[in-house]
Amino acid sequence: MAGQGNIIYINGPVVKADHMEDFTVREMVMVGEKKLIGEVISLEKDRGTIQVYEETSGLRVGEKVSGTGRPLSVKLGPGIIGNIFDGIERPLSKIYDSGFKFIPEGIGLISIDESKLWDVEMLAKEGDILKPGDVFAKVQETSMVVHKVMVPPGISGRVVSVAKSGSYTIHDTLVVLEKDGMRNELKMYQEWPVRKPRPVAQRMPIEKLLVTGQRVIDTFFPLAKGGTAAIPGGFGTGKTITQHQLAKWSDADIIVYIGCGERGNEMTEVLEDFPKLKDPRTGNPLMDRTVLIANTSNMPVAAREASIYTGITIAEYFRDMGYNVAIMADSTSRWAEALREIAGRLEEMPAEEGYPAYLASRLAAFYERAGYVRNLNGTEGSITVIGAVSPAGGDFSEPVTQSTKRIVGAFLALDRELAHARHFPSINWLSSYSGYVPMLGDWFRQNVASDIMALRSKMLKILQEENKLMDIVKLVGEDVLPDDQRVILEIARIIKTGYLQQNAYHPQDSYVPLSRQYSMLKVIDRLYDRAYSCVRRGIPLSKIKDEALFSDIIMMKYNTSDEKPELFQELCDRIDRYYDSLESMYKEGAADEG
Amino acid sequence: MKVKYLKLDKAEGPLIVMNEVRDAVYDEIVEIEMADGEFRTGKVVQIDRDRVIIQVFQGTSGISLNDVSVSFTGKPMEIPLSREILGRVFNGTAMPIDGAGEIYSNNTYNINGRPMNPVARLYPRNYIQTGISSIDGLITLIRGQKLPIFSGDGLPHNQLAAQIVRQARISDEEAGKFAVVFAAMGIKHDEADFFRKVFEEAGVMDRVIMFLNLADDPVVERIITPRCALTAAEYLAFECDMHVLVIMTDITSYCEALREISSAREEVPSRKGYPGYLYSDLASLYERAGMLKGSKGSITQIPILTMPNDDITHPVPDLTGYITEGQIVLNRSLYQMGIYPPINVLPSLSRLMKDGIGKEYTREDHPDVANQVFSAYSRVQEIRALAQVIGEDELSETDKKYMEFGRQFEERFAKQDFEENRDINTTLDLMWELLTILPEQELTRIDPSLVKKYLRK
Ligand SMILES: Nc1ncnc2c1ncn2[C@@H]1O[C@H](COP(=O)(O)OP(=O)(O)OP(=O)(O)O)[C@@H](O)[C@H]1O
Ligand SMILES: [Mg+2]
Repeated sequence: MAGQGNIIYINGPVVKADHMEDFTVREMVMVGEKKLIGEVISLEKDRGTIQVYEETSGLRVGEKVSGTGRPLSVKLGPGIIGNIFDGIERPLSKIYDSGFKFIPEGIGLISIDESKLWDVEMLAKEGDILKPGDVFAKVQETSMVVHKVMVPPGISGRVVSVAKSGSYTIHDTLVVLEKDGMRNELKMYQEWPVRKPRPVAQRMPIEKLLVTGQRVIDTFFPLAKGGTAAIPGGFGTGKTITQHQLAKWSDADIIVYIGCGERGNEMTEVLEDFPKLKDPRTGNPLMDRTVLIANTSNMPVAAREASIYTGITIAEYFRDMGYNVAIMADSTSRWAEALREIAGRLEEMPAEEGYPAYLASRLAAFYERAGYVRNLNGTEGSITVIGAVSPAGGDFSEPVTQSTKRIVGAFLALDRELAHARHFPSINWLSSYSGYVPMLGDWFRQNVASDIMALRSKMLKILQEENKLMDIVKLVGEDVLPDDQRVILEIARIIKTGYLQQNAYHPQDSYVPLSRQYSMLKVIDRLYDRAYSCVRRGIPLSKIKDEALFSDIIMMKYNTSDEKPELFQELCDRIDRYYDSLESMYKEGAADEG
Repeated sequence: MKVKYLKLDKAEGPLIVMNEVRDAVYDEIVEIEMADGEFRTGKVVQIDRDRVIIQVFQGTSGISLNDVSVSFTGKPMEIPLSREILGRVFNGTAMPIDGAGEIYSNNTYNINGRPMNPVARLYPRNYIQTGISSIDGLITLIRGQKLPIFSGDGLPHNQLAAQIVRQARISDEEAGKFAVVFAAMGIKHDEADFFRKVFEEAGVMDRVIMFLNLADDPVVERIITPRCALTAAEYLAFECDMHVLVIMTDITSYCEALREISSAREEVPSRKGYPGYLYSDLASLYERAGMLKGSKGSITQIPILTMPNDDITHPVPDLTGYITEGQIVLNRSLYQMGIYPPINVLPSLSRLMKDGIGKEYTREDHPDVANQVFSAYSRVQEIRALAQVIGEDELSETDKKYMEFGRQFEERFAKQDFEENRDINTTLDLMWELLTILPEQELTRIDPSLVKKYLRK
């Protein structure tokens, strides 16, 4: 029997109760007359400390706490995709449909739609032996997602009865399994405790690119399917836009987007835009592969702490079906602050900047749930985790940024100076890195071009060279440099404006497939080679830098398209023609002189 | 069944502690009657069995432990609201101070509000013409946006806010649907008077509601002032379909009050002694801006804050910037150069601008030309730094043009009279005019077809 406690202490989201002997740590509880949802975070003798996921205003000492007998869990089944939930998986659109424009307390534990009928195609037959993870039915959940109904972890047996394919709600029994005389009824959904990673058969090496269509990311700081990445940056540097871009364009099968302590309007924007945007690969509305978890900055802080676990549990569930899932958490700093706020109210010993000492280990445990895996059912799936970090004062030396940096594979450092100059994405090409480059080399060579990695290094080197030269330029001006150095500055300028800068709001430029990225790199490379060799021949830079040609190359991102790949060839030809004639002019000139 | 308690256990700073209280409700309002008949209000902030901690809005000075009577209302703070609030002046706890009597209404509203359901929000897309070039051109204000002014002591943030209120153009058919809610937290009397005068001169006083907690008013009261103001704004916007502009000043004083309470409660501080929940607390104010599906009204917020030491990384501007939809940053050296409004556009930003400008809203060339002006002006900063080292004469021809662009940008575009009201076309044309100073191939942010159409050499 679930226990019943008695409230003795209230301080914001933290409530204490006595008579809590029958409760367990991490048990989900109902607090007070309004039945606010909470979770037991610690027990001592007959006392329990509870974090409450709803506003506690109006609660009194003496009200009851009742147990549910299970840890904080989410329902996993059809109806998740295309939906928006709060931090503990309560459906915000359903809440809105019931007339709540503002979020009330005490709405109880509702989750995915329980009355909706789904068209179920049964795959299991009587007599089949099913084990955890096995898919026994299919549901077309949205235009983009086939929901594979799986045997929950820990359950197996022989199929003794199967429903016919047809329309069912998530509560209807589809299959009955029998093992050692015990029967298990399987339905379209399962429940899973959010803080516990779902089991997999095996972790596998990371070797596939997560294509994002963002040039600076794909080419220079690539993300990997199953990898982790952090996007740190001060306010207004572009974390959210970058996360939105990744949610829109990356080639994952499922997107889980967690708005963790950020703006309400940003969620609204996704809700308004994604149904209208088309997936570049299938042409289906992007919302049909997306699920949103929203705990906006003014929603209760304890649910913020839970929201990233809710999100990653949903991600794991779809990974288990064999999908590549990408999860964005904007912002993990708000999650860390929620942790800090609750730790503070518990009067725990603070470590750095008031954060609890377990900050780093909690962060690590979260990112650890990413990975490329073989699932229990033999399929392969992945979770890529991309977390935004909002450092206080934009200073990357603070604890959340530092703890995150130690864990993640890719670090996309956003730069305030670049953002102020409206160089977007403001990813700093000197301080960012991707540890996945060595693992993805083969993939790039096989899927893009054999020389792509070489091109990448060459361009990066030009940028690094430019950075060194700029130190001199800042002191003496550009004119003083020799032409073979000035040409580096010119090419770097083209890389920066023409390639690294990518306008999220420009229809042509928002998403750029790898083939087009490669073609652009080839054009810049051709320009560099030809210009550099002219410099070598002693031709003055003023002649080498043809304004019209240079500016057309900078603008090629707007003027070329996937439909007309020949335009890149035309640009290359133009470069050749220009420098051929320049070289021959100077050859003649030299001959005349001689 | 109101129980009165006659004994306090402890009174210190903004807090009183009482023992043997039965049935206290978390967050409820308590009324404290002192021996001399003075009334104060407080709020239950912590309950530990029968021990209750109460935050007293007017502070504890003058309170004695025995000579008081405390009654618990059982309810969070609520204020009565009706259309009668238009034109009225209240103190920081929503008590009328203009001598025009109480507000009578059957409906009272919890000042804490509730979080808007993101599904119920309507994404703001309509721009507000403020007549100020830097804002309209480069940091466009959108109806339903929260766009703070980051200022410093002695900078003309009040003038700027006043100019916005005066010039913010609302189309004629909606003119009757316009209201200003003004929340003052710890500002000086003359500042409050300045605003009152501006509202009177603009002839909008009958559409203004003022909530005033001035510098010599109780500090802790500041915590509720903006909440009362925003509750009134929500009422007007979502029940009366009005477009409400909320000016809140000074957020820094508000945060200091919060810090005072936090330290009195001996909470673990985060940066600069501010409580760890400052972000969430500020969000509970700022997120009350916006629009709702099914309501015709809107709440646009212009919070004003003074950056201590002009430091934008200070927790107050920093956390604000993380919540609001951009910021308008004022700059001391521009002001010293005689430029009003001294808006430094580079660190300034309007995040909602992208969806509220362009063809359907302002003009087709707006996004690109704004982008170009930003990038050119940021280049100006680099070149100025270089010119400092090598001298302006040594600059390349192109760089010299950028220097000229920078000068004219500040003198002709940014600088504008307090009374000057430029329409959006004037502002955009001015931007093109400035760009003619630069060589055409520098215009890499603008679609070539727009250059052809708008650039007049
Ligand atoms: N790729 C991009 N293309 C065009 N504009 C961009 C891009 N990235 C960012 N921006 C601009 O920068 C602004 C701020 O970006 P964003 O909202 O993502 O910042 P943020 O880092 O998430 O800030 P905060 O921490 O306050 O949430 C955007 O409103 C937009 O104007
Ligand atoms: Mg953001």
